[in-house]
Amino acid sequence: MGIRERLSGNEAVAYALKQINPDVMGAFPITPSTEIPQYFSQYVANGEVDTAFIPVESEHSALSACIGAEAAGARAVTATSSCGLALMWELLYVAASSRLPITLACVNRALSGPININNDHSDSMGARDSGWLQLYAETNQEAYDNMLQAMRIAEHPDVQLPVMVCQDGFITSHAIENIELVETDAVRAFAGQYRPEHSLLGPEPMSVGPYDVPAYYMEHKRHQAQGMINAKRVILDVAREFERMTGRGYGLIETCRMEDAECALVLIGSSAGTAKAAVERLRAAGKRVGLVKIRAFRPFPAEELAAALQNCGAVAVMDKCAGFSAAGGPLFAEVCAALYGAAPRPLLVSYTYGLGGRDVTVDSMERVFGELEETLRTGAAAEPCRWLDVRG
Amino acid sequence: MNSKRAAEIREDIRWQEITPGGAVYEGGTASAVKTGDWRVMRPVFHADRCRQCLLCAPTCPDMAIPVKDGKREDFDYFYCKGCGICFKVCPFQAISFEKETHQEVNGDGNP
Repeated sequence: MGIRERLSGNEAVAYALKQINPDVMGAFPITPSTEIPQYFSQYVANGEVDTAFIPVESEHSALSACIGAEAAGARAVTATSSCGLALMWELLYVAASSRLPITLACVNRALSGPININNDHSDSMGARDSGWLQLYAETNQEAYDNMLQAMRIAEHPDVQLPVMVCQDGFITSHAIENIELVETDAVRAFAGQYRPEHSLLGPEPMSVGPYDVPAYYMEHKRHQAQGMINAKRVILDVAREFERMTGRGYGLIETCRMEDAECALVLIGSSAGTAKAAVERLRAAGKRVGLVKIRAFRPFPAEELAAALQNCGAVAVMDKCAGFSAAGGPLFAEVCAALYGAAPRPLLVSYTYGLGGRDVTVDSMERVFGELEETLRTGAAAEPCRWLDVRG
Repeated sequence: MNSKRAAEIREDIRWQEITPGGAVYEGGTASAVKTGDWRVMRPVFHADRCRQCLLCAPTCPDMAIPVKDGKREDFDYFYCKGCGICFKVCPFQAISFEKETHQEVNGDGNP
């Protein structure tokens, strides 16, 4: 039976980690993820977990400590945000290419500058091609549930890639919501232990991260790419098992009122909740609207998105990240690519929204649907790359 | 997961068979790696001038100077990168240092 509680998103993630009882946490504080290692270090001090907590002098060192630990055969976790993730950059690639399934609780926050501590997705979006799996949460419950599933996915022998469990800074990380926790015995049985076939502390000598010459580098990268491809199946397998335990189902994407939707949004994270309220309001007024929320951004659910969206008339792809490509945000570009081969396919419009904690309201989302309706009526997107709620 | 031994990982290996991240699942694998093909200069051993003082062997950064029963043997060019340290330390001019032409046999049977 689940345990009913009220927790902030950070506390929920820290509590999930306490229940999992990983071997090592290497972490350095940064707003708004600071509470995760803070709560967790209390569990360590109280003897409630067996984890070795490694306090470090920077995020570069935090991830380095996790890389060493994971290569030694330990289950290693860390948490960070924004510039902390940016400082991990070099090691993000080392972890992924060395096939070390480290778990990182990413509490999404804007990147400097101007310096800003509030939510957007520019930090983890920047790391989208570092080889890490990325799961995003709409609610505290999803942040908790994603954390419980993350290690099973990342450590699967067909995947062997690190995973970021992302949630929106302050919006879910600091807001307290009702939550249903899984009993600790059940969590430990579900999450199991990390048992790599080879590790530095294993019975035979091993080298990790050797120099790679041109004759082999591409084969290693192709092998790594296959881990990401395989992750789609593993995410769904783990989700089915999780659903049997909790009754809570998860996919790569979540659809809301998409059956006959003419206009739809595609978005990531907590704003999906706001958009769902707008969808329900507009549905009550007879509008055929829906939304697709992306849970797994890496691997990218291209086929699933194409299937969900191809019968729409107009779709707004919403990036909580200023992609400075001068051609829309990164999610927009990837959704366009996913739909390129689909026939029929909808008109696609890019919206950049919610940067640096800019509030996103139900009214904002309704305005997007109104503009989509206009786009559908005129049959062409006059301005395909739009910014939502920016003064000008 | 692929647990190939280092010697099985050759330049014709397919990506499906390569080890994840290039991990190497055994120790001492440097002995299987030919490093002699980097050479632009080569040391040449002149046994008639050698007094077997063995100053040269420990200065070799690789395994290009085999020592057997207390005596050094001819160069093993499979490992020799042509750094020239042995040539520098030899007090008896028993090692000369010559331009590598790659025309001659390198000791491993390959020109």
